[in-house]
Amino acid sequence: MSATATPTTREPITPELMRGSKRRHRKERAIRTLFQAAAVLGLVISIAIVLALIEEAIRWLFDIQLGWLWTGGWIPRSNQFDLLTIFAGTVLVAVIAMLVAAPLGLGAAAYLSEYATPRTRRTLKPILETLASIPSVVLGYFALKVINPDLVRQIFTSAGTFNYLAAGLAVGILTIPLVASVAEDALHAVPNALREGAYGIGARRMTVTLRVVFPAAVSGIVASLILGFSRAVGETMVVALAAGATGSAERNLNPLDGGQTMTGAIASLAIGSDQVRGSGFAFDSLYFVGLLLFAFTFLLNVVSERFVRRVRSKY
Amino acid sequence: MSLVAEADTRTAVNLALRGRKRQVGGMLFRFGLLATLLLALAILLILLVSTLIEAWPVLSTRGWAFVTSDTSSLSERAGVWQGLVGSLILVGFVAAIALPIGVAAAIYLQEYTRDTRTSRILIANIRNLAGVPSVVYGILGLVVFVKALSAVTGPDSHGRSYISGGLTLAVLVMPIVILITMEALRAVPSNIREGAYGVGATRWEVVRSHVLPNAAPGIFTGAILAMARAFGETAPLLLVGAVTGYFSSASGRTPLEVLQGPYTALPTQIFSFAKLPANEWQPNTAAAIIVLLVAILAVNFLAILLRNRYERTW
Repeated sequence: MSATATPTTREPITPELMRGSKRRHRKERAIRTLFQAAAVLGLVISIAIVLALIEEAIRWLFDIQLGWLWTGGWIPRSNQFDLLTIFAGTVLVAVIAMLVAAPLGLGAAAYLSEYATPRTRRTLKPILETLASIPSVVLGYFALKVINPDLVRQIFTSAGTFNYLAAGLAVGILTIPLVASVAEDALHAVPNALREGAYGIGARRMTVTLRVVFPAAVSGIVASLILGFSRAVGETMVVALAAGATGSAERNLNPLDGGQTMTGAIASLAIGSDQVRGSGFAFDSLYFVGLLLFAFTFLLNVVSERFVRRVRSKY
Repeated sequence: MSLVAEADTRTAVNLALRGRKRQVGGMLFRFGLLATLLLALAILLILLVSTLIEAWPVLSTRGWAFVTSDTSSLSERAGVWQGLVGSLILVGFVAAIALPIGVAAAIYLQEYTRDTRTSRILIANIRNLAGVPSVVYGILGLVVFVKALSAVTGPDSHGRSYISGGLTLAVLVMPIVILITMEALRAVPSNIREGAYGVGATRWEVVRSHVLPNAAPGIFTGAILAMARAFGETAPLLLVGAVTGYFSSASGRTPLEVLQGPYTALPTQIFSFAKLPANEWQPNTAAAIIVLLVAILAVNFLAILLRNRYERTW
């Protein structure tokens, strides 16, 4: 604040004097170290996640017979840990979710970025923000009590009380805001000169949006879809409530059946709905499933980061 | 947005040149895009209205008593008071731990480091942390806070305590706080910093007196949204042992004993209500959801107001 090395002294200006007050320097360094420690903490946490998961997962792998990992279905209490079953369920839910979130999220992004005036933008954007703030457990209940009986089972009468389709639709609703906001950033980053050039040769707004802006922002749009997929893969409460979370049919890809996903498996092991709480091989399998889930979403996030960076370097 | 006006002019000229043919395709496209947003709004309204209808029997007959009752095995006496209090305590942990550390880390990454390899790795790493599924944070909490540190977090509750839950949620929202704060700091133009450097301020003095005051609205908005996120988070709490069933809060304990004791939270209560026999518990579930949504939407509304009030472009 107040400069300590005042130039009113008669003595010649020495480097010593130029350096200023020692106390001020010490304070500066202390604060810097403090902030640095906080930033390093982030790194420590991620290393802790990976180590904790890997350690417990490996211990579990040594305890079980490896054949259990690809036999039967996902029935932890009888030592059947068929990984492909829960992986298939996860991918099925995420694909259904993206069938909802991709068109709705990208459409919303395109409208907000290319059509909306600043005023309509200010009134419409909070819709997405409110949707983003709805907790997933609420959407799980919504899937169970509204989406499934009033929509899915009206159309497909063979669908059960719990099914992948209803869960996937609800996860899709949850994913819309994420897809929309990442895609909108990408569309926004397209320079106006491109749009003006197209308008200048007489293109319509739809042509500009579809043939100029979308292709220019394609990396960001891909990134938004991958991020959305990753979010859908990691969604837990919706599948725990609406997908059944007890289903163990082997590698079932019928969206009208109930079944298990990776996140759902972790949740039901944790709350003990498989009557295995805290004991034996069954409970500890959640570490291994958690590690796979972490690896899968990490991979998706890294890939999408690549795409985002490509947008940034282009414009 | 002069571009829009120009584009409209061009469209009008274009129309006139082509003999005022209506652009049916273009209008359909525009309407289709708008419909995606309206559909999102419709889903939101259906969700709110159907839950409210479902909850009405409970809210109208028991009203405030539902909010202030403890858990119970009888659906007509069960309430959400313990869950509400539990959630508030957990959010308190997040505010006390994740906010200061997150803001400090963001200041370091945005104001102190140059664009080096190390800083880029740190930032990419934080971005990845923000994308890790919340249930994985639950597993981290289970391994570290519940099991390894149970002597500290809850000697009598096997580590399944407020402290474990609060720390897990704090770790969960910290990357989000860091990213939002960095964004807010980045939005402060560099000539404001340079003005302060020019009169001889040190880096910390620049940050404290020039950057932080200007970035404060953005940081506050982000902090509020992060708290709301922590308030509604369910999956990690299931792993770090939030009580999902009946729960009695013993009286006459010291604050530390309370924090080391068993806990429940509003979203986990909703989850356990939703798994109970439908016709009896469904109104309770819906009513608990209404309580949760009122809290979260109010906080969200506040954040949006705050942003609109203080938003400025440089």
